[in-house]
Amino acid sequence: MFKIVHAEFIAPGIKRFEVEAPRIARKHKAGQFVILRLHDRGERIPITIENSNPERGTINIVVQSVGKTTHLLNALNAGDNILDVVGPLGKPSEIALFGNVVVIGGGVGVAMAYPTAAALKLAGNHVAAIIGARNKELVILEREMRQVSDELTITTDDGSYAEKGLVTDKLRRLIDNGTRIDLVLAVGPIPMMRAVAELTRKDHIRTIVSLNPIMIDGTGMCGGCRVLVDGKSQFACVDGPEFDGHLVDFAVLTQRNSTYRQEEERSMEEFRRHLEPRAADSPDDVGCAHGGRG
Amino acid sequence: MTTTVNPSPNPLKLRERIKLPRQHMPEQPADERSRNFTEVNLGYSAELARQEALRCLECEKPTCMDKCPVGVKVREFVRLIVAGDFLVAAAKIREDNVLPAITGRVCPQEDHCEGACKLCKKGESLGIGYLERFVADYEQRMGTIRLPAAPPTGKRVAVVGSGPSGLTVAGDLVQKGHMVRVFEALHELGGVLVYGIPEFRLPKEIVREQIDQLRAMGVEFETDVVVGKTVTIDELMEEEHYDAVFIGTGAGLPLFMNIPGEHLNGVYSANEFLTRINLMKAYQFPAYDQPMVDLRGKDVAVIGGGNTALDAIRSALRLGARKAYVMYRRSEAEMPARAEEVRHARQEGIEFRMLTSPIEFLSDGKGWLGGLRCLSMQLGEPDASGRRRPVPIPGSEFELPLSVAVIAIGTSANPVIQSTTTGLATDTRGYIQADTLTQRTSRKGVFAGGDIVTGTATVILAMAAGRRSAKSIHEYLTTDQW
Ligand SMILES: Cc1cc2nc3c(=O)[nH]c(=O)nc-3n(C[C@H](O)[C@H](O)[C@H](O)COP(=O)(O)OP(=O)(O)OC[C@H]3O[C@@H](n4cnc5c(N)ncnc54)[C@H](O)[C@@H]3O)c2cc1C
Ligand code: FES
Repeated sequence: MFKIVHAEFIAPGIKRFEVEAPRIARKHKAGQFVILRLHDRGERIPITIENSNPERGTINIVVQSVGKTTHLLNALNAGDNILDVVGPLGKPSEIALFGNVVVIGGGVGVAMAYPTAAALKLAGNHVAAIIGARNKELVILEREMRQVSDELTITTDDGSYAEKGLVTDKLRRLIDNGTRIDLVLAVGPIPMMRAVAELTRKDHIRTIVSLNPIMIDGTGMCGGCRVLVDGKSQFACVDGPEFDGHLVDFAVLTQRNSTYRQEEERSMEEFRRHLEPRAADSPDDVGCAHGGRG
Repeated sequence: MTTTVNPSPNPLKLRERIKLPRQHMPEQPADERSRNFTEVNLGYSAELARQEALRCLECEKPTCMDKCPVGVKVREFVRLIVAGDFLVAAAKIREDNVLPAITGRVCPQEDHCEGACKLCKKGESLGIGYLERFVADYEQRMGTIRLPAAPPTGKRVAVVGSGPSGLTVAGDLVQKGHMVRVFEALHELGGVLVYGIPEFRLPKEIVREQIDQLRAMGVEFETDVVVGKTVTIDELMEEEHYDAVFIGTGAGLPLFMNIPGEHLNGVYSANEFLTRINLMKAYQFPAYDQPMVDLRGKDVAVIGGGNTALDAIRSALRLGARKAYVMYRRSEAEMPARAEEVRHARQEGIEFRMLTSPIEFLSDGKGWLGGLRCLSMQLGEPDASGRRRPVPIPGSEFELPLSVAVIAIGTSANPVIQSTTTGLATDTRGYIQADTLTQRTSRKGVFAGGDIVTGTATVILAMAAGRRSAKSIHEYLTTDQW
């Protein structure tokens, strides 16, 4: 059992939790994630570690309500427990002095980009951060990102806040202006990461993306998380989750992530029906959003 | 405990015993069981068990016992069954085997005790596995006669992995008075016993009860710990003050075929397929949250010929598959699966496509598997494993329509621990090197055994390695000599 010591919504349908997990807090490095399970009939889902506090023995996770499990999770509060939390999983981000780096976070992907941006900044890089969201309400971790970057750009799809447009619009401007870029890190929905990789490909700008395939165990045992990178199978949970964006086959990733779409919808459907009699105390909006791992 | 029953309680003459037929294991009818996940074998009644036990020839030199990797005293426990002392029989088995309800169900007896049984020469071997299962189940219903544990030694042992090797080490060492804590990566204890082998062959309740017994003996368990990630072996020894560590992490990494189309939806590793079903209970979706593709009315094939392959395809059948094929590139004689599983699978209507090797997964045009392109094989000269090597028959290509394919061609070593532990030697394939007698690794105080040392083997061989490890860990802890 892993106790939630703090929980708050940071945007509609997006909640940040501080969870007691002393072993994980001690070992966590930027770029890693946990797998959690809520109850004894629950599924295992991967969630990014947004931050950790080894002294307090806690980790922070940011969760967007997408399917049944994330909805259930986001209904939990301080004092509640999460049945299983295992990690830190995956390889940490490569942190070195690259020079000029651009860190891009889309949607809840910002939560994963944040610790890596912080580590890159600490390593002496010039960090230009770009965070994107569909609208003003869904912009998260703005203050945190501002603290760890030398410049921060925010884009919203509908223009309700800061720049209207996509994160790639800003990136394209940087490239077109002849800004020297030594490394791009992109974390967010697949179409966003794919678009970023396409944009940087012709200029051979090294681009790292963090993938969110289907996972079960997270230890390399099931192979469900396999992704096609440079024509070879890689297990995202142990070989990743970060890969060279120019070598990732995004089409295969998108297709494999759709495997359980029907089942997920069914699960959500039944869950909603279950909630209806108690709709009054429903924890948050039940709208589905894009994005896999939070 | 050294209870022996002498003289023999068996009233029959040897001549009469030989004439007795082997008692059949009562089982669920094939057409019923192929639609449910309830155990296939129903177990002997006390009467059947005694009838079967009467067949034992009580050999002067019991070859069955010599052939048992953990040396279960077969003759003694069978005599105790004849005498009706079932609980004492269970205690007798426990002297050598801490998981009898499990091995009684899944051990390949034909390769060990039953294969060495003298009755084989006259007909069918003694049903040793069935008898072992009977006394173990009886004990689980009636309560254990617990062996007294030694006084506490103050030594601490960390066991990594809760598969059969780790559980055996834990059980043996806690008996010697050592403090033992088992660290498991998954949320559930038991290793392959819970995530791999399905309910219809090994009910999870049985595994849970065997683990509860270990817990009652004083073994501590901590789940959700991936050693190497959550905590390293170096940290366990230096900061958490474990005096010795046993690594029993199994051969977890699934092999793929590296043929075109392997990334199509509907192509699974057996580990994923079985984990969804067994560990996550996806066959009860949506009552359980982990999803599973709907197999009803679909054609499914498994590639491989081992227990894993049969477990996967028989699970698919139970989930409503219309056609269920086993595709194996050698012939049935070479199939490494337990003989009983092959027989059960056939009864249930699984189609065996022997001497067949897939060369391409074909798309349905929408990202899902639509079929399999295969080659027919013939057997050539024996290869390094001593089995005849399958060679393709030129021009034998054919296509089979298919919605789901499960790859069960084996596993390799998971590198997490090896890559995070200082001074731990591995072989060229990444398996941990351990002495075959003492199970010592190259790292002082660290022992290893089971599939992570040998590659995929069997439950009983993992347990045997656990036994040897426990003995040698105990020696190390009491003498401090390496
Ligand atoms: C589907 C299937 C069917 C089988 N059927 C049979 C059968 O009928 N008869 C038979 O004799 N054998 C059978 N086998 C083989 C048998 O199950 C294995 O040989 C045996 O389980 C090996 O035991 P083990 O203790 O070495 O490891 P495992 O049972 O593999 O257990 C290893 C455990 O360690 C955990 N682990 C791994 N890495 C870490 C880590 N870093 N930190 C913490 N924990 C970790 C794993 O999660 C797992 O729980 C079957 C195997 C499979 C896959
Ligand atoms: S999640 Fe199972 S191997 Fe990666």
